[in-house]
Amino acid sequence: MNIKTLFFGITTDYVGASELHIDVEENTSIKDFKSVLKQKFTQLENINTYAIAVNEEYATDGLILKIGDVVAVIPPVSGG
Amino acid sequence: MFSYFCLSVALVSESHKMQRTSIKITSDKLDLQACYNFVEDDSCGGISAFIGTVRNDTQGKEVTQLDFSTYKPMAIKEMQKIAELALSKFDIKKIAIHHAEGMLQIGAIPVIITASAKHRKAAFLACEFAIDTLKETVPIWKKEHFSDGEIWVNAHP
Repeated sequence: MNIKTLFFGITTDYVGASELHIDVEENTSIKDFKSVLKQKFTQLENINTYAIAVNEEYATDGLILKIGDVVAVIPPVSGG
Repeated sequence: MFSYFCLSVALVSESHKMQRTSIKITSDKLDLQACYNFVEDDSCGGISAFIGTVRNDTQGKEVTQLDFSTYKPMAIKEMQKIAELALSKFDIKKIAIHHAEGMLQIGAIPVIITASAKHRKAAFLACEFAIDTLKETVPIWKKEHFSDGEIWVNAHP
């Protein structure tokens, strides 16, 4: 299935886009999704950590993606 | 009698709906007076405010401007969560959290937090809690611009 994926902050520089569609298997967990990202975008290793949000809420590694979910790659935030 | 009944129902539902949080992300200049006016309440003995300002240097290097980008719908949700958490944790009446987005010059205001309370301590604590949590959880990023380049802040903590 095709997952709409948004990138923010420094990760937009690493992937060269702010929005991509990433093809994953059914029953892909967030942990699996991170592995896919790591393979596709090796530059993401340049940041120590990033969070994943699904449908505008922070997601844990065990969450399983569904058709229509919108994923966001959230590098360390720096508001304020 | 009937009209009196309607009136009293309307008044009750109005007070019940009274907004205790004001959340905003805008590319316009932030309005300190609006944040003050929102939290002002006759039952309160004090209003505390935190105002973030754009500093002209980072670790000895001169900053020329800051560019704030946001994941706006999620950032608003996270700011709303912080405001509601502050209402439950501290004895405050109202809280406003407003954040700017886009390019800001030195001295400009990226964030304003105001809180009103019956007694001052709760208002101070709520403002501190809100800005500390905002900096940890709200999906907003700043890019510092220097005369010779730019850098995403906090990208390599």
